[in-house]
Amino acid sequence: MSLVSIRDVRKSFGANEVLKGVSLDIAKGDVVAIIGRSGSGKSTLLRCINGLETYQSGSIIADGIEVGGASTNLRELRRHVGMVFQQFNLFPHLTAAENVMLAPTVVNKVSKAEARATAAEVLAKVGLSEKMDAYPSELSGGQQQRVAIARSLAMRPKVLLCDEITSALDPELVNEVLRVVEQLAREGMTLILVTHEMRFARDVGTKLVFMHHGKVHEEGVPKEVFAAPRTPELQQFVGQVG
Amino acid sequence: MSYKLQFAELLPYWNVLLQGLIFTIVLTVVSTVAGIAVGTAGASARTFGPVWLGRIVAVYVELIRNTPFIVQLFFIFFGLPALGLKLSETTAAFLAMVINLGAYSTEIIRAGIEAVPKGHIEAGLSLAMTKWEVLRRIVLNQAFRKIYPALSSQIIIVMLGSAVVSQISAEDLTYAANFVASRNFRNFEVYLLAALAYLVLAMLTRSLLRALGRVIFKAR
Amino acid sequence: MLQFSFWDILSNLLIATQWTIVLSLIAFVCGGIVGLALLFMRTSRIPALEWFTKVYIEFFQGTPLLMQLFLFFFGIALFGFEVSPWTAATLALTFWTSAFLTEVWRGCVESIPKGQWEASSSLALSYIEQMRYVILPQASRIAVAPTVGFSVQVIKGTALASIIGFVELTKAGTMLNNATFRPFLVYSLVALIYFCLCFPLSWWAKKIEGRLNVAR
Ligand SMILES: Nc1ncnc2c1ncn2[C@@H]1O[C@H](COP(=O)(O)OP(=O)(O)OP(=O)(O)O)[C@@H](O)[C@H]1O
Ligand SMILES: [Mg+2]
Repeated sequence: MSLVSIRDVRKSFGANEVLKGVSLDIAKGDVVAIIGRSGSGKSTLLRCINGLETYQSGSIIADGIEVGGASTNLRELRRHVGMVFQQFNLFPHLTAAENVMLAPTVVNKVSKAEARATAAEVLAKVGLSEKMDAYPSELSGGQQQRVAIARSLAMRPKVLLCDEITSALDPELVNEVLRVVEQLAREGMTLILVTHEMRFARDVGTKLVFMHHGKVHEEGVPKEVFAAPRTPELQQFVGQVG
Repeated sequence: MSYKLQFAELLPYWNVLLQGLIFTIVLTVVSTVAGIAVGTAGASARTFGPVWLGRIVAVYVELIRNTPFIVQLFFIFFGLPALGLKLSETTAAFLAMVINLGAYSTEIIRAGIEAVPKGHIEAGLSLAMTKWEVLRRIVLNQAFRKIYPALSSQIIIVMLGSAVVSQISAEDLTYAANFVASRNFRNFEVYLLAALAYLVLAMLTRSLLRALGRVIFKAR
Repeated sequence: MLQFSFWDILSNLLIATQWTIVLSLIAFVCGGIVGLALLFMRTSRIPALEWFTKVYIEFFQGTPLLMQLFLFFFGIALFGFEVSPWTAATLALTFWTSAFLTEVWRGCVESIPKGQWEASSSLALSYIEQMRYVILPQASRIAVAPTVGFSVQVIKGTALASIIGFVELTKAGTMLNNATFRPFLVYSLVALIYFCLCFPLSWWAKKIEGRLNVAR
């Protein structure tokens, strides 16, 4: 039984059809790497999964909740589906710990003390124990992104969506974030990552999805797909990004 | 509510109200043109004029912006005659409006001028343009483009503020409404109608100014 | 007739100034509360609520404050209630203030990056919670300067309450003028007192705005 099941999803912005019938099954513990050219619809697909975007037809079921229906309980869905963004989107008026504590206290009505303990735990996991009381502006890009990951983890999500979470970082900061994600993958977290880090996709991913013109053009086990791309589009894409 | 609104009783007075409306429109148009002229002069004086002149302009701007329009109006209409300057209701209304909008537009235009990069002025001067040409063609042109939306809103605010001139018996729309109300005692109906007339006027002015802006500044 | 000295005039004006201040404070505080409620409605993305606030704002920003005072003064009477100038002035100024503050604050809310909404959405915060914990704490910092700036408009706006018979600074000026026939002196003093109330606020607003621009 899949944790996230995407069936023939179509999505248009005005006349521009961005997703042209995407189907995908993601099981618990999968680490799905979505790759593809700019504009192929990767972000849009990810954002449909937690209801940041609506779609016109098809269906998405995540953790048993049908996303996109008129009566969808988005709050319930989002408690179990976390998201990390390219631009971090930390709350600048809150410290690292407060960023992490916000959703547990407000949404899950956890006590301050308990939330702080959770914050300490998840911030330790991303290697930022000593930065609990720092404001985002006092942190490097890599540290900010790790706080953002910790912020999602504090809600104990069943799935974590990551949209190019290293693309806004200076090259020397990319690895510290990737190591955190790799650690999560090893612990069995279900991850759906849009990424341009091909080596990471191959080494850490359990499943590779190549999107092209709004469709899943090719999918499979990363090592096999990279070793022998079947379609000329993926061959060309892999050739370009090296 | 047992009361029935009786708009029909306003009908006999339509020409009074229309005349008031026309007065309000003329008052707005004239004071807009004159007020912006004052504002342009004031802003130029503050940014390019001698220091003493700039100080005087600054005092004028702050005095007007920090006192109510109605007090300015009363001062001009009731206060100035004590100095031997007696004005008719209509003249006083026009004068007060121009002085008021002049101060606000001085401030708005000044902000626009200050946003023009210094390099543009130097470039103009280095092209052997005179100071005047630089001011007109480079500085003010860019400044107006930038502050046009702010100036447009201010014009509408001043237009709505002009309702106050009725208090010195200048015969604007509000004066006409007061007059009708004193005759037929349908206060609420009259004022509602007048308020809606102002609303339509404000919306029309906004669209008109927007269209005008597109024509004036179409060369991007 | 009584003879009024300069000090009599000034002290009478200052006494009336208290009412200008009280009315300004009430209008500003109540207008702020109503404005905050309207702000939530205006940014709620619920069509009916947004539509309502748009019409509300259009009306109160698109008609003269004087007309609003008249409408409240004569409109409430239609329902059979006794209306004091107090009530009419308080109500009209409150609603008028709220419309402007809502628009000012909406601008501040909209200047918060979209990512803040998305991040808080994906953390399962509801709209009210997003506003309360994420958006407003950031927007309120930007909002201080224009809000203080608008308080000057409120003070000046209270002058119109004189027209429906509320005795505040302007009305006191008119009454003193009628009693003393010294319009130049009386209205100079009235203007000066308004200036003393308003200028510090204008100056403060400008100062905060400057500081914010430097901080960015
Ligand atoms: N809010 C929007 N309104 C209109 N069009 C949009 C919007 N968001 C995305 N699009 C369009 O949808 C298409 C797919 O965008 P999407 O962001 O999903 O691509 P992507 O695969 O994530 O690309 P990238 O690698 O550049 O992030 C693009 O053509 C984009 O212009
Ligand atoms: Mg993208």
